Amino acid sequence: MPVLKIIIHRLLKITGKPLLSFMLFALGYLFRIRAIFDKEFKKRLNEKNFTAQIIALKEKKGRIFEFKSGSIVARSTDLNCGSNNEHHDVANFQADVTVSFTDAASAVWLMLNSGNYHEQIHAMKNFVVNVEGPDDLAIWFMQSLKWLKGLSTPGAYGIPLKDGVKKYTNNTNGGPVFVYVKEGRIIRITPIEFDDNDAPPWQINARGKTFTPPRRGTVNPYVLALKSLIYSPDRLLYPMKRIDFDPDGERNCQNRGISGYERISWDEALDIVSKEIQRMKRDYGPGSIMNGSGSHHTWGNLGYWLSTRNRFMNSIGYCPVVHNPDSWEGWYWGAMHHWGNSMRNGASDTYGTVEDCLKECEMIVFWSSDPESTSGVYGAFEGTVRRQWAKELGIEMVHIDPYYNHTAALLGGKWIAPRPDTGNAMSLAIAYVWITEDLYDKEYVALRTTGFEKWRDYILGLEDGIEKTPEWQEKETEVPAREIRALARKWGTRKTYLSPGGLAGFGGACRSATGIEWARSMVCLMAMQGLGKPGINMGGLQQGTPVDTHFFFPGYAEGGLSGDLDGTSLRVNLYQRMPQLPSMNTVAQMIPRLRIPEVFLNGSCEGYPTDPKTIEGQFKKFKYPAPGYSPVKMYYKYGGSHFGTMPESNRYVKAYQSDNLEFVVNQSIWFEGESKFADVILPACTNFERWDIGETANSGGYSHHQFTQWNHRIITMQHKCIEPLGESKSDYQIFLEIAKRLDLGAPFSEGSSELEWCRRLFNASDLPKVISWQQFMKKGYYVVPAPDESLRAPVSYRWFAEGRKKDLPELSPLPSDYTEKWKSGLQTQSGKLEFESSSLKRFAPDDPERPTISKYIPSWEGHGCKDLVEKYPLQMISPHPRYSFHTMFDAKDGFMNDVKDHRILKKGHYYWIVRINPLDAAARNIRQHDLVEIFNDRGSVICAAQLTHRLPPGVVHSCEGSARYEPVGEPGNSADKGGCINLLTPGKSIIKRSHSSAPNSCLVQIRLWKNEMSEGKSGAIQIERKSGAVQIEGKSVTVQIEGKREAIK
Amino acid sequence: MNKWLMIIDIEKCENCNNCFLACKDEHYQNDWKPYTLSQPLHGHRWMNILTREQGEFPYISVTYLPKPCFHCEDAACVRNTSKKEIYQRSDGIVVVDPEKARGKRNLVKACPQGAIWWNEENQTPQKCTLCAHLLDDGWKAPRCVQACPTGALTFKSLPEEELFSFIKANDLESFHKVMRGRSIVMYKNLSLYRKCFIAGSVATRKNGVEECVEGVTVELFKNGSLVDQKITDSFGEYRFSGLPEKRGKYQIRVIYQHKVTDEFDIELVESCFAKVSWI
Repeated sequence: MPVLKIIIHRLLKITGKPLLSFMLFALGYLFRIRAIFDKEFKKRLNEKNFTAQIIALKEKKGRIFEFKSGSIVARSTDLNCGSNNEHHDVANFQADVTVSFTDAASAVWLMLNSGNYHEQIHAMKNFVVNVEGPDDLAIWFMQSLKWLKGLSTPGAYGIPLKDGVKKYTNNTNGGPVFVYVKEGRIIRITPIEFDDNDAPPWQINARGKTFTPPRRGTVNPYVLALKSLIYSPDRLLYPMKRIDFDPDGERNCQNRGISGYERISWDEALDIVSKEIQRMKRDYGPGSIMNGSGSHHTWGNLGYWLSTRNRFMNSIGYCPVVHNPDSWEGWYWGAMHHWGNSMRNGASDTYGTVEDCLKECEMIVFWSSDPESTSGVYGAFEGTVRRQWAKELGIEMVHIDPYYNHTAALLGGKWIAPRPDTGNAMSLAIAYVWITEDLYDKEYVALRTTGFEKWRDYILGLEDGIEKTPEWQEKETEVPAREIRALARKWGTRKTYLSPGGLAGFGGACRSATGIEWARSMVCLMAMQGLGKPGINMGGLQQGTPVDTHFFFPGYAEGGLSGDLDGTSLRVNLYQRMPQLPSMNTVAQMIPRLRIPEVFLNGSCEGYPTDPKTIEGQFKKFKYPAPGYSPVKMYYKYGGSHFGTMPESNRYVKAYQSDNLEFVVNQSIWFEGESKFADVILPACTNFERWDIGETANSGGYSHHQFTQWNHRIITMQHKCIEPLGESKSDYQIFLEIAKRLDLGAPFSEGSSELEWCRRLFNASDLPKVISWQQFMKKGYYVVPAPDESLRAPVSYRWFAEGRKKDLPELSPLPSDYTEKWKSGLQTQSGKLEFESSSLKRFAPDDPERPTISKYIPSWEGHGCKDLVEKYPLQMISPHPRYSFHTMFDAKDGFMNDVKDHRILKKGHYYWIVRINPLDAAARNIRQHDLVEIFNDRGSVICAAQLTHRLPPGVVHSCEGSARYEPVGEPGNSADKGGCINLLTPGKSIIKRSHSSAPNSCLVQIRLWKNEMSEGKSGAIQIERKSGAVQIEGKSVTVQIEGKREAIK
Repeated sequence: MNKWLMIIDIEKCENCNNCFLACKDEHYQNDWKPYTLSQPLHGHRWMNILTREQGEFPYISVTYLPKPCFHCEDAACVRNTSKKEIYQRSDGIVVVDPEKARGKRNLVKACPQGAIWWNEENQTPQKCTLCAHLLDDGWKAPRCVQACPTGALTFKSLPEEELFSFIKANDLESFHKVMRGRSIVMYKNLSLYRKCFIAGSVATRKNGVEECVEGVTVELFKNGSLVDQKITDSFGEYRFSGLPEKRGKYQIRVIYQHKVTDEFDIELVESCFAKVSWI
């Protein structure tokens, strides 16, 4: 109705002045009336004594509101009287806070449309409306105005039950939950069970059976321990300062991790932090403040690490820590060069695969894939029932993993255990059998792929004289050649799904020195079998449910309130759907996350980007320091501890003690390992103590449509269930308080409270089409109905296999990344699946570490490294923990300490577990649950030994993710009894031209822990090697058993 | 009168610990009188998950047995307590009365299965109540069952007269031989946890190349009589499972193309990999 719009605005031009006068007159009464029936509002009015005015600059008319001891006095102002100043100055001097509009017509229009953020933001950006005055008062005034609109108050929420109990909802990395609260305390946290009004689920008819998922959500074990973590004694409840840190005097950086803390007030803490921010910028210039986050955070579109944090950091300007693609590694740096998929960091899309797999597939090969432990990511146990259906249908399963993992144990099937870091030898041998026995899809290879001949010739030994036979691989993997031959024949004659990693495109194997080559081969093997044909695809039923992909609700990587168009995927959907002030970081200097220590210890480092826009995004090397920027002097640490998650983490410990790092502030929920290295600690609260909104497993961005891991799309209001414990605050509030001290409060918050942001996100989604805000607030969740069968997403790669245009519900690749026509072909230069990568041929065709075809390149820290193996003969793998999510749910004196397979109680201490074959244990006189020291040149960790035949001799298994770091002596130079296995893992990148980690390429030795204080580096014990036997401390232990693998001494 | 029945399917348990943790969530810092006082933060395992790993690398099996109070019919703990400190409700739930049992540490020994735990803090013996307070409140299952994601734990309410036929039809067993043979907690596929296996494989060499041999008949004999028969899979493997966990001498006979190609004795001590039979 463009004509109507013109008429309205013309009318406003005429009537604006009297209308504004009337509205402002009424506003005073609205304040007073609200205070009569809204006790909270009345209380709020008592908080501040000041004056605020709203004026129209053109008409020079407005009204002043004086807030004094809870009462309001209003009077009109006339800027024509008493001053000849320029109008801006006039506006400033009459009141503490001034909201000025260019003219009365705009003022009336914007006030009438106060819920229309598109109009509001537009007016702000074009200075049609302006707010001036002290941040604290200005934001208070803006939020009070919104209170009148009902935007700052929740109204009734949650479901009241008997005995004063209320049932709320919330969400976690491990599934959505009901939260039962009584008298302000959480009494119970449960999975969500649907009621009769929730939408019915989908059905799949396969091979004469009908399958439909249960009407509920599952949760990961650690979710059920949350109550103990929320009320954990390790919660940070007050701001603290290191006792020997004086921002105006001696800083004692060398004592980080050693000296204790004292409680300080919020004002003191916030003053120190904001003054340090100003000092950094003043004394050193841009780039001196570094910030990064863990890979994850507490759930929600406000709270995850790509929303509130980005908006604040962009507001102050910072040197960002760039994440390596830690879950993807080999897929990002390797597989992507054969099939594109840059948006997913080189991993597979998996649309429609649950239905296709159940209907068509004959065998699933789980390769480095344990979804029953890792839950894909955020997948809880949603995939379990689907895999049980597959078992019921008689779909065969094979599990390739050095560890007899929980997926294998639950579902059964052949277990093949290659020596760690050798998997690509097995891949090549499988291809060898297919080539020599004519067991691959030649038509598909001819039509849909390029470069096969080159790879084939390499496998046949025409290039290097080595035939990649099953016998050849046996020397590397220790898996009998006959078994690989049998596997290859089975695979080559059955419609097979390949599940590489818990999600298709993850897996511990991709985080090793051979991980890039392994991931590349995974794609190439599927190309040989006709990827996308019925029953032939990627995945292990962990993703690809037939849920509705058309219903829009933002995932966390879509940036929430970040305003960050560069650092999140905000611009794809959410920026249009939820107008907000854009935020932008002006600092071009970046730090590769794996090189944080080198910033302070060496003063320089370099890296390659994680840029999912296009394949070539990863080629652009960057260096620190960047030209013209300051070295980093301040670290704003946010979120979980790196010591348990980043490789060779003694480096991080040492970096903290460097004088080059002048100031460390750590904003955390719990007193985890790394918090103890800060100068100032800011206590954040959990997502159960603040408002948020989020959909289960919806990450958006680089994991587009990740919610297809779930049997139902469950969108939750994340109720503020209890008040923040102690003096802790939400991340948003902490950032806002600092922002206010820098007069950045208005651009940071837009005057919106967290609850209002939730409502803005609600309105930005498709939820308002199906449920009212009030209903959503009350019930707390919405189950998106399963789509009609005709509207289910097609099967991934089916279009490609059939030579059609891409028909999947995703915007990737970007239009310019197609070679021939839009939606025709893959993202690669040829548009085909490339056995020989054209992007690598362009970038570095002669790189011996990453050739243009996938090759077997022995590990730089594997069984072939003779000198190192002499000292450290055991290969250690450190997968993601089953009973924590990185460090988030571990330790903290919570329930998880009691899980027998997570930590072991010995002498009053809960020790991290290392799993070891009984033969290796016997060779070291180690018995079940003995305390042992795992060590190499990089460090030493004390664990409790769990003896198990789930591992081959020579391989030990201990998860990453310990939240505790407890050095028995000098931090950084002594054994850790907390369990940070990553003290031992190598810090180097898989290949030089990458920014990647290889924690599963790690040689160690293990010995009984003698409980002595160990100082300095541990040395290796001397072992005399004899055939079939070892000598340890004079005792001879025979370890060789006929026909089986030998114990590694 | 309906009776409760908790079914624990060993085949579906993967040690996720959700049952154990949900129990802690429900009882830590919550008193549910008159059934129990709160559970301490650490140490108690009202749902105790046992692990059994059998065999040797790479021929193993791992099974788990979640073990709560079984709420036995005619329970020993009820019989052993004179002053009704432990009693059985009409729906079968066995309750330790927190008031009457206070200070009586000996009651921990009243259960031969070790299902009763001593709470040092409030000086009471405690155990699984089957979340009686929730069932009274209309919940359909205790917390452990609600939290189980795999279907290993299920919960039913059945008329007493249907109970026996249901147990029989579904092949449920109780963990131990209780009087009159049942308890509220019954197991399915218990043999996976209790019984042993003998695994082996069959291979051949042709022109210097080793191959797995599929489709070979392998027979298991005990005292001369045939116990079981298997056909090797595509990896040439066979596995005789469900063998009683007692010392026993077995004979294995490998038959390929109607000819006995290998024959050997094996003494079963615990689950094991017998050998690779080269034919």
